[in-house]
Amino acid sequence: MAATAPLSLLVLLLLGPGVWGQTEPPRDSLREELVITPLPSGDVAATFQFRTRWDSELQREEGTDHSFLRYAVLPREVVCTENLTPWKKLLPCSSKAGLSVLLKADRLFHTSYHSQAVHIRPVCRDARCASISWELRQTLSVVFDAFVTGQGKQDWSLFRMFSRTLTEPCPLASESRVYVDVTNYSQDNETLEVYPPPLTTYQDVVLGTRKTYAVYDLLDTAVINNSRSLNLQLKWKRPPGNEAPPTPFLYAQRYVSGYGLHNGELSTLLYNTHPYRAFPVLLLDTVPWYLRLYVHTLTITSKGKENKPSYIHYQPAQDRMQPHLLEMLIQLPASSVTKVSIQFERALLKWTEYTPDPNHGFYVSPSVLSALVPSEVAAQPVDWEESPLFNTLFPASDSSSYFVRLYTEPLLVSLPTPDFSMPYNVICLTCTVVAVCYGSFYNLLTRTFQIEEPSKGGLARRLANLIRRARGVPPL
Amino acid sequence: MAAPGAAATDLEVVRGKRAALFFAAVVIVLGLPLWWKTTETYRAPLPYSQISGLNSLQLRLMVPVTVVFTQESVPLDDQEKLPFTVVHEREIPLKYKLKIKCRFQKAYRRALDHEEEALSLGSIQEAETMFAEPSEQAEGSLTVYVISEHSSLLPQDMMSYIGPKRMAVVRGIMHREAFNIIGRRVIQVAQAMSLTEDVLAAALADHLPEDKWSSDKRRPLKSSLGYEITFSLLNPDPKSHDVHWDIEGAVRRYVQPFLNALRAVGNFSVDSQILYYAVLGVNPRFDPASSSYYLAAHSLPHVINPVESRLGSSAASLYPVLNFLLYVPELAHSPLYIQDKDGAPVATNAFHSPRWGGIMVYNVDPKAYNGSELPVRVKVDMVRVMEVFLAQLRLLFGIAQPQLPPKCLFSGPKSEGIMSWELDRLLWARSVENLATATTTLTSLAQLLGKISNIVIKDDVASEVYRAVAAVQKAAEELASGHLASAFVASQEAVTSSERAFFDPSLLHLLYFPDDQKFAIYIPLFLPMAVPILLSLFKIFLETRKSWKKPEKID
Repeated sequence: MAATAPLSLLVLLLLGPGVWGQTEPPRDSLREELVITPLPSGDVAATFQFRTRWDSELQREEGTDHSFLRYAVLPREVVCTENLTPWKKLLPCSSKAGLSVLLKADRLFHTSYHSQAVHIRPVCRDARCASISWELRQTLSVVFDAFVTGQGKQDWSLFRMFSRTLTEPCPLASESRVYVDVTNYSQDNETLEVYPPPLTTYQDVVLGTRKTYAVYDLLDTAVINNSRSLNLQLKWKRPPGNEAPPTPFLYAQRYVSGYGLHNGELSTLLYNTHPYRAFPVLLLDTVPWYLRLYVHTLTITSKGKENKPSYIHYQPAQDRMQPHLLEMLIQLPASSVTKVSIQFERALLKWTEYTPDPNHGFYVSPSVLSALVPSEVAAQPVDWEESPLFNTLFPASDSSSYFVRLYTEPLLVSLPTPDFSMPYNVICLTCTVVAVCYGSFYNLLTRTFQIEEPSKGGLARRLANLIRRARGVPPL
Repeated sequence: MAAPGAAATDLEVVRGKRAALFFAAVVIVLGLPLWWKTTETYRAPLPYSQISGLNSLQLRLMVPVTVVFTQESVPLDDQEKLPFTVVHEREIPLKYKLKIKCRFQKAYRRALDHEEEALSLGSIQEAETMFAEPSEQAEGSLTVYVISEHSSLLPQDMMSYIGPKRMAVVRGIMHREAFNIIGRRVIQVAQAMSLTEDVLAAALADHLPEDKWSSDKRRPLKSSLGYEITFSLLNPDPKSHDVHWDIEGAVRRYVQPFLNALRAVGNFSVDSQILYYAVLGVNPRFDPASSSYYLAAHSLPHVINPVESRLGSSAASLYPVLNFLLYVPELAHSPLYIQDKDGAPVATNAFHSPRWGGIMVYNVDPKAYNGSELPVRVKVDMVRVMEVFLAQLRLLFGIAQPQLPPKCLFSGPKSEGIMSWELDRLLWARSVENLATATTTLTSLAQLLGKISNIVIKDDVASEVYRAVAAVQKAAEELASGHLASAFVASQEAVTSSERAFFDPSLLHLLYFPDDQKFAIYIPLFLPMAVPILLSLFKIFLETRKSWKKPEKID
């Protein structure tokens, strides 16, 4: 996925039975955590997660009524600090205490990657799932660019990243932790040093690989009491090389191709880089109605051969009512690229339906990939309430695979735009033509024509006479 | 030149003249109207005259009052005259274009047997429970019972009684002018229970000039189809206070009955939230004498603004939002008291802001800090809080304390917190307010459409306008005939339709050229056409004048 993916504020309201939640949590319980991951390039990624839970009156019903399921996407929104303000208001401690003091808009929007999300879903309150709690999960991920903000230096501290330090946990939080990913650096303390030294470390399998984290628990008084504030620092002992990050097992690309303003083709490339395991992927695509899809041109090829999806659901669009919905279950062979392409025709809109800048193009929402990706390392089944929040975002269904949902990049498709000044031009041109015809017609009909005697003398004759007089010759 | 040549030329000239005249005629008679018609915007006809007629509407609010006479309440020969009807009408003077007349239609009759029996009971409460059995009275109507002068139903020094239902009791008199005297007393009681100048003035506060009913008068919430009520608990100091409130139970017990009684007025939705680290915008003053903190009355307006941005409920609703905030002051600023204008602490420790909501400061019992470590668990006493909030809710809806006539016994409201006749009064006021709003909306819409001539008026906008006008007229009729419930429904429909017409997005489109641009675009046609036509007309005019003058000279 592109690192410059735009902010995608996504509200997933899934009316389905939650899978976890064995013990009854306290009402309005908040857990917050910050994961700092030094990237091989020297950049640093920071991911905030806040989870609030509260009891609801909602009784769980058997099964899900699919007629109430809704899916909506806003393909693009201009990123602005105003995206952060309402998001911060949802936090119980606002930005007054706990990890949320670090959320300073001018720093967070000055990064090379910014992703912000709100998830709301019902979760079971107990094992029998007789009653349901609501879970509000807010996540924010940013990647700080090493060279731009660090002025050449690659050492990091909380203060340098957020221009704040941590002073106290949010009094409402039942858990408030900072994790620093030290996986690649824990074996040899030569490359990276974390200061202050962590009291505990935590090991887990995340996204199929084993990771080690240094843990700072803000509720533990020893962490903050020494200097009244916690300013985490990362010091590189050896400058990091610009090594490429490891490629994930599953990633995707999407583009629009074709020329002219009549037809085009939407293509999605699905990459499975796993050396020996194939796995299925659920691809969900919504395409606006003004791209008229030709479903018979849907082709799926992997390794040069046709790949037949095991399940296809297609709901055709209705003009100005609903978009196309295309859902497919595709098996991705091991270490392969699968290309899903479909042709479309661009429709003409009514002239009031165009946006103020129609030549910019229209955004097409990203497709959504859901997959169970095989993991490198077997993960133990864990207690979801005990394990950190970042772990539950990619839940492992069993020991051999973990769940991933990917969003491809949104596309920009230009539609045929009419010349909006055309009515004016046509009127002006027609008027001119009519006026010209009218003028000669009018002249013909109203003028009187008569033969006139050629008059004596003109300018040439007078000139000639003048010259003649000068010469002494009698005038004409 | 030869004569036949000259004659031929003259003929040509006349033909040319005729052709020019014909051109001019075709352009003016055929071309211009055709162009005008084809470039015109569609404007459905609107009832302009009816709308301007609404402004001089006469509102007659009729209150049907049944006056029931028991035996021995009036002299016997007077009783013989029953039943009959007396109408008492009077204009309510308001600086407003709507003329409002209040009309009490008193139907006098003799008491029936069961009424006689009930009124001969020992106490008024027992009588009331007897009356509660029969069917409900219609909204807006009143029943006044006239009992004997020496009846023990009321305490001896009380002349009248106003009950929680649409019912009142007045003492009779043995006098020659009994009907007149009793009639006056009945009117006094009926006015207290239904329409007074104050109620209508408060309802029309938005439409009246500022000077007369200035801001010291209460401005009730504007009439709307629904209302949203938000209870917020503000805990600015969660490190020291762990506050719990049973808002669900409190709403169920205290607020919901009140809202059920108000069901006729609109839809209500109630929600609650707890906000942490939400501070008031003002630093309270420390008073060393009582070692407590004070919020002065003049600083109260500044309290709301910083909190408001955190409330966030107004963003999700179309309806007006009423906010009720319970503020638990931080440890450093407690106890906190609100001072009134004279500097004395307010007993309820609360204040309200018209059309916005109310704030109550809830101080934590200082004994709670003893011995226990922070945070202190605080359990909010919801009865105390809800008493204040319900009183504020009544004020915000414009349900004022009634102005009682002298020597009147008054029974407090029942568990719903509102009396039936108070609800009627609210409906009267809301109906009048709705009518005024709808009239204003329609008038300004008509003015706007009249002023800007190239706004497209679609048929559905026009039909909404017609519906609104019809609803206003129907509401006025129903008010005049005393059917309060249907009048209120019609007035609500009038407001809805008129607003829908006024805010219809199709009025904003302005897809058609403004007039000056329309002319500018057609200049390439008009200029070359108009110049020769005008020139030749001018020439023909000069020539004919010359040829008329010539014969005079010859003479």
